[in-house]
Formats: sequence, C-alpha cells, structure tokens
Amino acid sequence: MVDVAVERNSAAPAQKARKRVTLRTALKRKSTAAFLMTLPLILLISLLVIYPAFYSLHLATLNKSMQRFVGLGNFQFLFTRETFWLVVQQSCIFAITAVIFKALIGFIVAHFVHNIPAKGQRKWRGMLLVPWVIPPAMSTLAWLWLFDPSYSAFNYLLAGVGVDRIPWTGETGWARFSVILVNIWVGAPFFMIMYLASLKSVPDQLYEAAAIDGANWWQRIWYVTLPMMRNIIAITTLFSLIVTFANFDIVRILTAGGPLDHTHIFATWAFRIGIEGGDIPLGASVSLFMIPILAIAAVFILRDINKRGNEA
Amino acid sequence: MSRKKLSRRQFVAATAMSSAALITAPYVRSANAAGKLNIGFWDHWVPGANKASTDLVNEWAAKEKVEVTIDYIPSQGNKNLLTIAAEAQAKSGHDILAMPTWWPHAQADLLEPMNDVVEALIKQNGDVNGTVKYLGKAGDKWLAVPACIGSQIKGPCSRIDLMKQHAGIDVQAMYPAGQEPKADAWTTDNFLKAAEACHKGGVPFGIGLGETSDSVDTVGAFFLAFGAEVVNAKGDVVVKNDNVRQVLEYYKKLMSFLPSDAPAWDDGSNNRWLVSGKGALIMNPPSAWAVAKRDAPQIAEQCWTHGFPVGPKGRFAPYLPYFWTAWNFGKNKPAAKSLLTHLSQPAAVEKCVAASGGYDLPAFEKLTTLKTWAEESPPKGTLYHYPNPHNHQKLSISAAGAPPKVAQQIYTQATLTKMCVRYYRGEAMDKTLSWAQSELEGFMRS
Repeated sequence: MVDVAVERNSAAPAQKARKRVTLRTALKRKSTAAFLMTLPLILLISLLVIYPAFYSLHLATLNKSMQRFVGLGNFQFLFTRETFWLVVQQSCIFAITAVIFKALIGFIVAHFVHNIPAKGQRKWRGMLLVPWVIPPAMSTLAWLWLFDPSYSAFNYLLAGVGVDRIPWTGETGWARFSVILVNIWVGAPFFMIMYLASLKSVPDQLYEAAAIDGANWWQRIWYVTLPMMRNIIAITTLFSLIVTFANFDIVRILTAGGPLDHTHIFATWAFRIGIEGGDIPLGASVSLFMIPILAIAAVFILRDINKRGNEA
Repeated sequence: MSRKKLSRRQFVAATAMSSAALITAPYVRSANAAGKLNIGFWDHWVPGANKASTDLVNEWAAKEKVEVTIDYIPSQGNKNLLTIAAEAQAKSGHDILAMPTWWPHAQADLLEPMNDVVEALIKQNGDVNGTVKYLGKAGDKWLAVPACIGSQIKGPCSRIDLMKQHAGIDVQAMYPAGQEPKADAWTTDNFLKAAEACHKGGVPFGIGLGETSDSVDTVGAFFLAFGAEVVNAKGDVVVKNDNVRQVLEYYKKLMSFLPSDAPAWDDGSNNRWLVSGKGALIMNPPSAWAVAKRDAPQIAEQCWTHGFPVGPKGRFAPYLPYFWTAWNFGKNKPAAKSLLTHLSQPAAVEKCVAASGGYDLPAFEKLTTLKTWAEESPPKGTLYHYPNPHNHQKLSISAAGAPPKVAQQIYTQATLTKMCVRYYRGEAMDKTLSWAQSELEGFMRS
C-alpha cells in the first residue's frame, strides 16, 4: 500500500513536468505561434463578420414586424415574387458577364504589360491600377455624370459625330450595360495585377522548350501559359465572383436598381426592401440568398483546384 | 471624538441604495425637464438652416438647464433611414429623432405617445392637415410631433415667361401673390395641353419617372386627382378599376411630352432641368428656385411656385411632412417633450421658415401665412402659394388611403410610377394591372 502510495505521489510531479513540457513544446510550435498571432484577426472577424452573419440568419426567420418566428416563410414568400426572380436573373447576368470580361481584359492587359521592358513597366502597372484603387463610390459618381440622362458627356461626344443620344441609364438594356461596364472598369485591374504576377512566375525555360518544339504564339498560350496560370485564374475568378455578386455601390449610385427594377442586384434590392421599405427580415432573406449561389460556385471552383493540386 | 466604524454590510447597503437612486433618477433635476438630451435632426439642404435650429435648442437648453448634443443626419444616401433602423434594433439612440413621412408608423411600437404635446399644439396653432394625421397618428395615439423643419410641398414651379410664350398661361394671374388662386381653368386636361405646347416649343415639363421620391410624389398626386385607388383603406387590392385605367391613359399621353430620359431621373434631375433653363415646369419645393437664385438669377426671376391642376376627383398636391419622435426607450422623455413644444411655438416656427428661405412648412393651419412666403423674391411673391395658404388643394401623399404600412411599400417600390412606365412602353393595360396586383398583394405582409 505504502509503495503504491509513494508511486502515486511521485507520478504527479512527473505528470506536471510532462504537461509543462508539452505546453512549452506547443508554444514553440510554429503552428501555435501562427494561431496566436492570427487570433486577434480571428476575433475581429468573429465579431464583425460571423456575428452579423448569424444575426442576419436570425432576422431572416422573423416576420415583418420582427415579433414572430416564421422559419423559412420569408424565402417561400420571395419565391412567389416576380421581382425576386428578376433580381436573381439580373445578379447572375451582372456577375457572370462582368467577371468574364474582367478576366479577359485582365489577361490581355497583363500580357501587354508583361512584354513592356522592365524599366518602364512599373509606371504602366501603377497607372493601370488606378481604377481599382479609387473608392468605387467616388469613381462611380464620375461615371454617373458621364451617363447623366440629360447632360451625358458621352452623348455630347456622340452628338459631335452625328450619333443619336443613348439613354445610358434610362433603357433597360443600356442601363444593364452601363452598370456592367463600370464594374469591369473598376475590377479589371485586379485581374491584371494577379495575372501579371502569375505570368512572371512561369519559367522562361518552358517557353524556350515550346519554341524549340515549334509551338506558335497560340500554342504557347494554350499549352504553357494557361496551364501554369490555372490555379490563379480559378482563385481570382472565385474571389471576383463573390465580390461582384455582393456589389452594391456601383448599381446604387448609377441606377438605384432602375429602370423598372432591371438593374437591381441582391444587395441593392435587399437595401430597398430592408432599409428603405422597412422590411428588415425580408431584406435579410434577399441578401442571404447570395450564399447558396456563391457556395455552389465555390465548391466547383475549389474542387477543381484541389484536383489539380493532387495531380501535381 | 468617537468614530463610528462602517461594517461591510452597511457599506454594501449604502452603495446599493446610492446606485439605485442614481439609476432610477439619473437626469431629473426639476419637475419638468433637465439632465442630458441627445438630438438627431435632419441635416437641412439650405445653408444656414441648421444654425436656426441649433440656436433655438440652445435657447431652450439654457433656460431649462439641460445639456444638449445635436447630430445633423443627412438624408443623402439614406443615412437618416439607416440611423432609424439601427436605433430601433439597438433600442438605444437619440432622445429626439427626426423621421420622414412613413417612419413613425413603421416604428410605431417603439415610439413614445405624443398626445399631450400635439393636442396642446393643435389648440394653440390650429389643426393639422389630413396627411399629417394619416402619417403621424395610429388610432388615437400621436406617434410623433409634426416638424416644421424638412416638411415640404412638391407643387409645380413654373417658368413665367415660357408658360406664357408656349402655353399661353399666365401663372402669376392664375396664382396672384397675396390673393386667392384663380385657377379653375388649371385642370389636368389643360395641364396636358400646356405640356404638349411646351414640348413643341422645346422646353418640356421636367417631370421624372424614376423610382425616387419626386417622381413617386408627382404620379401619386395625379392618381389621387383621378380617384385612382390601388389599395383601399381596409387593405384590399382594388387596382383593377376604371379610375386607374383612366390615369394610366392620361399619364401615357403626358409621358410623350416629357423628356425621353425621364424614367432615369432622380431627385436632382428636375432641379437641374429648371436651373439649366431647359424646361418650363418642374414639381419641387422651392429648393430648385433657391439654387437658381444663386447660380442662374435670370431664371430664378421667372420662377413661380403654385398649385396642382385639378382632376376629375379633386386637386391634390404632394405633401411630405417630417416628424420629431422620441423612442419609448429614451432616457429623458420629459425633456424631449418640453423641447418639441418649444420648437413648435409660432416664434420658433417663423425663425425656421425664414432661415430655410421658405422651404420648411409648418403643419398647423394658423402658421401657413408667415411673411417669409409673401416677401421672398425674385420675383416678389414667388412663394406666396407654396404653403397652400388658401387651402386651395388637398395636401396628400402618394398611395395615401391605403393602410400606412402598405402605402409605404407602394411608395418605396415606386409601384405607381412603374405602372405608368410599363404601360407607356407598350405593355397591355391588363398585363400592367395584373403585374401591379401581384406586387400589391406582396405588400400585405405583416
């Protein structure tokens, strides 16, 4: 009995020492240090993103006066509204068209910039980034003046060459074109800079090998550049798709969703219903509707990246 | 000298009692009002108008020994609406908060009743118009105090010269300064003829058809003038009726004489239209005229603010009142009520009207004949008929008649304007009405 008791007593400090060692070792681990260093950001995100996200989920389950739980009633109601489906359609047209053109323009311009001699390249990179670094609310105001229904600067120039004035924000088609155009103008530099960074990381030897094999310009793009840039293209597309779907300022400033609701996207319609119309639960439901669409896109895009990563 | 030792229990009890006393009566210094008061006023368009309200508040605060802070909250970007929504959610915020048109009803459950204040003011300053009652009262409960600051009528502001030249209408003779209107001939039909004549003359009427307030207000007044009800007082959707068909036909004709880009107009477009000299008439409070006075005096000299045309069911003008409210979770409600009474006194109202250059409109009938409107110029008397001094037209708001929470949706979603634009662009009447019916049924959520 005594021996056992002595053994037990002696085991306790040993365990404590082991624990201390374990804690010390854990603290020395790079992953623990990394976690601790990112903890403030995690807490900040939890406070400013995760809490509001769950709060909006809660709001979306309430009735208009926010006094009764209605479950998925708000979503069921939305599915019966013609305007809601118009907003879904418009959001998809807006986001997909804008992302495709931003990617295309970014890709082309990145190639041009990549081929500029290193000495003058920095200047061009800086200038081409200007649309992206100006706050969109400000730059969109300038576009608003360019598109102004009665005093459009574009129409003034068109009139100079004998072309009829264009109702930039007054006709459904033109209004859609205008908001997409401004979104492309703001977002294309982001693609450009990402693609440029990616282009610079493609080893020259691959192009040399392709040239020796007799590859032409198109084959070099198709068989060397694009495969090497696939991951960055996918990530950039996903990121831009999320940001474009969630856009608010450009549409709000240029058209406020008009004419006849044909430029509303989820965020602007949610604002119209929730804040201007005083139906916060329905507004929250509209804004939450973006999540499943983006989640599906994210799954497809990220799954593809994962597959390629495994192949590598 | 003996010193009594304080036990731990006594210390805890004393602390608890003092804390309770402080919490239950934190701001009361007198039977009426004292302490701190946090105010959220609407940030006025007119330069210098905020100073008048600040002076009035400071004058009251000095007398009542209250510490006041004022935030001027702009309506640009709907900052005021965001503030209302945020404070309602947080159950915390300003002791007095200015709310436009629909918002007292939207937040009715969270507002302190103002019957004692408003009923006393009505006795003193005269009755308020039907729209103020419709928007500011729920049953017998006054939800808010009608505010002079920010309240406006969006009636026609015509160019005297262009209306004479192209439409043969002398707006000054029709609405003479200092006299009753002589506007029997100012009918919706003659309005249409004048619109056509001015369109032909290259100076079309500047009436928007967008989804912002100015467009919605104008179309709403025409709907009322034709008796075109879309949702009745019981909350039934009644959009498929002959009066609605009639007003849609009328607006279709009118739209063909308006600028082609009118569906893209916002609340600034009509102001620019007038100030740039491109049009003969807009529907706006005197802010556009005030801008013209500063930037284009030769145009301001030709502007005359007057009444709406009369339709088959009457003469209606869009009226947008502002209200001052106090949350029921506010910390100093007696002081809030005291200040609101002070701000609604005739002398205070007169100061606000003068500081806003005649823009602000008191809701009380005895206060619609102040000298500011009679004297503002150029030309002298241009604003005389702005406050509807002879009750020549019924002050109303778009979609009025429907229960306020439904009407707010009709207004915010610009349903009436959209109906007009859809029909004008070639959609069949029945299809437009069916679309409207579906939209309106969606606004019945509770």
